[in-house]
Amino acid sequence: MPGQEVVSWLRTRFFPHIWCPGCGHGIIMHSLLRALVTLDKKQSETVIASGIGCSSRMAGYIDACTVHTTHGRSLGFATGIKLAKPELTVIDVMGDGDCSAIGGNHFIHACRRNIDITAIVMNNNIYGMTGGQASPTTPVGSMATTTPYGAIDPSFDICKLAEGAGASYVARTSIANPKQAEQYIMKGIQKKGFSVIEVLTHCHTTFGRRNNRKTPIDNVNFFKANTVPLSKAKDMCEEDLVGKIVIGEFVDKDVPEYTAQYLSLIERVRG
Amino acid sequence: MPEVAFWQGNEAIAYGALAAGCRFFGGYPITPSSEIAEIMAEELPKVNGRFIQMEDEIAGMAAVIGASIAGLKSLTATSGPGFSLKQENLGLAYMAEIPVVLVDVMRGGPSTGLPTKIAQQDVMQARWGTHGDHGTICYSPASVQECYDITVKAFNAAERYRQPVLILSDEVLGHMREKVVMKKLDPTQLVNRKRPNVVPEKFIPSLADPKDDLPCMASFGDGYRWHVTGLTHNDWGFPTNNPEEIEKKMKRLMRKIDRFRDDIVEYETAFTDDAEILVLAYGSVARSSLSAVNEARSRGIKAGFFRPVTLWPFPDKEVEKLARKIKTIIVPELNCGQMVLEVERAVHGRSKVVAQSLVDGELFKPDQIFKVIEEVA
Repeated sequence: MPGQEVVSWLRTRFFPHIWCPGCGHGIIMHSLLRALVTLDKKQSETVIASGIGCSSRMAGYIDACTVHTTHGRSLGFATGIKLAKPELTVIDVMGDGDCSAIGGNHFIHACRRNIDITAIVMNNNIYGMTGGQASPTTPVGSMATTTPYGAIDPSFDICKLAEGAGASYVARTSIANPKQAEQYIMKGIQKKGFSVIEVLTHCHTTFGRRNNRKTPIDNVNFFKANTVPLSKAKDMCEEDLVGKIVIGEFVDKDVPEYTAQYLSLIERVRG
Repeated sequence: MPEVAFWQGNEAIAYGALAAGCRFFGGYPITPSSEIAEIMAEELPKVNGRFIQMEDEIAGMAAVIGASIAGLKSLTATSGPGFSLKQENLGLAYMAEIPVVLVDVMRGGPSTGLPTKIAQQDVMQARWGTHGDHGTICYSPASVQECYDITVKAFNAAERYRQPVLILSDEVLGHMREKVVMKKLDPTQLVNRKRPNVVPEKFIPSLADPKDDLPCMASFGDGYRWHVTGLTHNDWGFPTNNPEEIEKKMKRLMRKIDRFRDDIVEYETAFTDDAEILVLAYGSVARSSLSAVNEARSRGIKAGFFRPVTLWPFPDKEVEKLARKIKTIIVPELNCGQMVLEVERAVHGRSKVVAQSLVDGELFKPDQIFKVIEEVA
């Protein structure tokens, strides 16, 4: 059971939530709330932005300054909020469709600007809310309602995308490691810059049942069996890494942050 | 800032926004509106404001809505294709009742159309461009001075009525230079959104006062916690499927503009007292039209002039009243006939309505309009 401090961050008046029983999104929300509590963040100074999809409903359930926006565009809204009031803690919760399909452009530019926002990407490899259509992270060969003969297009590696685009903190874990998710989210929030924490999760309802991972526990077991820590992966040969997902911290660097740069520009202009 | 300036329309809009208290601009370069962004990029840091060039038009719209939620008066500017791209997030601002000002410096369409040429083809897009019902406030300036004055009005209307307000300028107006006198604005002339007067625990973000149908707005970061969503929501701002709550929200969104219609609607007339022929025009076309009407008067033709300053809400009652004694209304437009439909709706067959369309990328010359006046006289 969540601690009282965590519960105080929930809008329980709006429950029940829309997530299916056994959905991984709740595990991620719990990790996020534990991180916020540990960091002693104030609810009225914390912004949670989101786009559209099951994952994006999270914003509504958190008792903070929350904004549930349009599909894929949440980082644009979050950027406006952060630049207007850099003192706010801004977290953007999104799904794989939000992040890497319709919002791909906003995602890479938020990375490039290195604006101090923490993006939590809940990657369940599918469009769950709309009934199980393929997303840009649906693995090749997987079944989805729009790939009835198996997906043929290669999937995105969200962490590599974020690293290439310039994010200052990039990490991946799965819902089988909720404590690690909490730690990565905490580090992301503390990082002065754009942080991306990809959390592998599952949609047993629309992805799992078409891909031999019918129950929530099948999915947790899948993540346990198929994720490899970066430290271990470094010593593994390519052959052994086939079908494995590397988890860990890929980027942790200090580079100039956008709103700090803008504030110093203001100082320079105003003399 | 000088008290008298010789400005382009785009410059007047930028400085008008600053005078209105605008402290955030988010946008994307597009002809013929880019000067607005360029001036804001230069001026905003000087007043501790914020400028950001976003990765696309969609993100530009998103950023200004975000900044407004965080408490800053915010502006974006665009043209044709960019206006199309902004429509989805514009809809969120209507639904979530977020004040922002959007300037569309009209160019020819459809699609990429005529980036450097004047048109008035976005009139209906301004009204119905985003999906779903909502009230629209849209101003149409006809001089550089008015670009300045209307931008102040647009910010005031956005703040007062808690919704996006549009300014439809056009390529000629945007790049034409005229003298502008900056009237001194005292703080009482600037409207700020109604703030909650209850403690944060008692704040109900979408609960409107029945006296004005307008909810109070807190800003993120000033102690209040609330939820903003594009989903149809109840008074708590939370998504609802309850038919009563849905209807309550939708009806109020329309009513909050309808009930203040007379305060919002603005228009200008000339020679209407004894007019038999009326030329109804807006934006740059209004200038050619007034010249044509003056010419007609000098030749003894009883012509009059009507210019809607607000395209939306359209001054339908006022036009209808005039139509009772006017024989023919000519509506010259730089499109294939958009506002003329609204004129026809307003006059209800009481006068003959003649559409005059020009879609060659040029502005009407006064004699083109005068010829039609002569024909119908």
